[in-house]
Amino acid sequence: MAVRKGIESSLAIAEAAAACNVDCIAAYPITPQTHIVEHLSELVNDGELDAEFIPVESEHSAMSCCCGTAAAGARTFTATSSQGLALMHEIMFIAANLRLPIVMTVANRALSAPINIWNDHSDVMTERDCGWLQIFAENGQEATDLVPVCHRIAEDKRVLLPIMLNFDGFIVSHVVEPIEMLDRDEIATFLPDYEPQQRLDVDYPITMGPVGMPEVYTEAKMAHEAAVQNAYGPICEILDEFGKKFGRTYKPVETYKTEDADIVFVMMGATAETCMSWVDKVRETGKKVGIVRFRLWRPLPVAAFKEAVKGKKVLGIIDRHFSPGGPGGPVAQEVKYTLYGEKDAPKVVEVVAGLGGRDIDFDTFDNIFDRCQKVLDGGTVPPFELIQARGGHYGKI
Amino acid sequence: MAKQSPAPNWQDLALGCATLEAGSSKYQKTGDWRSSRPIWNFEQCVKCGVCTVYCPEGCLKMNADGYPQVDLDYCKGCAICVTECWTGCISMEEEKD
Ligand code: SF4
Ligand code: SF4
Repeated sequence: MAVRKGIESSLAIAEAAAACNVDCIAAYPITPQTHIVEHLSELVNDGELDAEFIPVESEHSAMSCCCGTAAAGARTFTATSSQGLALMHEIMFIAANLRLPIVMTVANRALSAPINIWNDHSDVMTERDCGWLQIFAENGQEATDLVPVCHRIAEDKRVLLPIMLNFDGFIVSHVVEPIEMLDRDEIATFLPDYEPQQRLDVDYPITMGPVGMPEVYTEAKMAHEAAVQNAYGPICEILDEFGKKFGRTYKPVETYKTEDADIVFVMMGATAETCMSWVDKVRETGKKVGIVRFRLWRPLPVAAFKEAVKGKKVLGIIDRHFSPGGPGGPVAQEVKYTLYGEKDAPKVVEVVAGLGGRDIDFDTFDNIFDRCQKVLDGGTVPPFELIQARGGHYGKI
Repeated sequence: MAKQSPAPNWQDLALGCATLEAGSSKYQKTGDWRSSRPIWNFEQCVKCGVCTVYCPEGCLKMNADGYPQVDLDYCKGCAICVTECWTGCISMEEEKD
C-alpha cells in the first residue's frame, strides 16, 4: 500500500528513483538539487539501493558518465540545476542523438550572472533544442510520480530517448509536502526491468557515436526529429496507465477552469499552483479566467494545446525566461507558433515574471489580468514586458 | 542489419546512428581528403618498415620486394610517414587534379 507521509520533495524524488531500482547514478551536487543525489548516495552507501553511485568531478563528467552507463545497458538516473545543466550542454545533444534513455531531474534555477541560486526557467529553456524529452511537474507529488513514468517513457522501445523532469528549485525541491510514496513492489508492476534494445557488448561489437559526414548528418537529425515526435503517443499511453493504476492522472496539457473563461493564463511549473488559488478567489468576483499549462514541453503538444485554448479570447502568458534583444519569452513564442494562421486565434498578452526567485503573487496575477482585460475590451496588444522590473520595461524591439 | 550504404535514408539508419558492422571504416575513402601524396626514393630506403607503423590510416604495406607501398584510396596526405622516415626517402608531391 502506498504510504502518505510528510517529506521534503527532493528526498521523495530520490526515494522514487531508488524504488525504480536504478542501476547507476552519476552526479555532481548543485543547489537546489543536491538533496536528491545526496540522498541517493546515502541509500547506496547504506545498502538500501543496489546501484553504482559515481561521484564525478563536474556535471560535464556526470552527463558523459551517464551516457557511458546507459550505453552499457544500465538504468541511469541523474539530477542537476542551472550552471550544472549549462555545463552538461555539450553532452546533452550527444545523449539525445545516441538515443540513450537517461532520466534526469532538474530543479530549475536561474543562470548566472549575477549569481543567483533561486528559481526561474532559464536553465531548462536554454536546453530547449537539445533533443531530450522535457516534462514539468508542479509539486512534490507530481515530481515523485513522474520519476517512474519518465523511466518507463525513456526505456519504451518506441521511444528510447533521454528525458528531463523539471520542477521549480526550492519552491518544489525544498518544500516538505504530504506525498503518497509508491514502494518498489508497486512500481515494479508499472515499470518492468530495463531491457536495452542496443548496448555496448564485447561479444557483439558496435560503434556508438561515429562521425556523421555531411552526407548523413541531415538524415541523423531527421531520424531524431521523428523519434521525438513519435514519442507523443507512448507518452500519453504511459501517463494514462499510471493514472489508471495509481489514481493520479497527468496530461500533456493541463487545464483549470477554462470551460467558460474568456481570458486564459498560460504558464509552466509551480506558478500554476499559486495561480489556481488566485483563480478561485477572483472567480468569486465574477472574473471568468482559467489556466492552461504545458506539462509536456518536448515534444510540444501542439494539437492538445490548440484544443485547450479553442474559442478563448485572450491568453496571458507568463514566461520565466527570455532572450535579450529577441522576441520575448519561449512559452509565448511557441504559443504564437501554434496559433499563427488559425482562424479566430486568441490574442496573446506576454509577460516575463518570476526571474531569479522574484515572487509571483496575487498582485502579479491581478496586473496580468488587467492587461488581458484591456485587450479583451478592444485595446491593442502590448509588446512583451518584464513586468516586475523596477524602473519599467526598456523600450521595445 | 545489412551493410550500411554510404547514403542511407533516415529510416534506414541504425538506432542512434550506431555502426553495427565491424570494419566499416573501409567504406570511408579518406584518399578524397588528400591535397598532396607521398612519393618514395627507394634508393635510400632500408626497408625498415617504420613508415608503415606510423601511418594513421594503415594504408602503407610492405610489398613483395620489401618496400613500402601506399594505397591511395585511403592515403589522406598527412605526411606523417615523411616525418617518421629516418632516412629521408619520402617526400610530398602536390596533387595536380
Ligand atoms: S601521407 Fe599519411 S596517410 Fe598517406 S601514407 Fe603517409 S602517413 Fe599514411
Ligand atoms: S621508414 Fe623510410 S626507410 Fe623505412 S621503410 Fe619506410 S620509407 Fe623505407
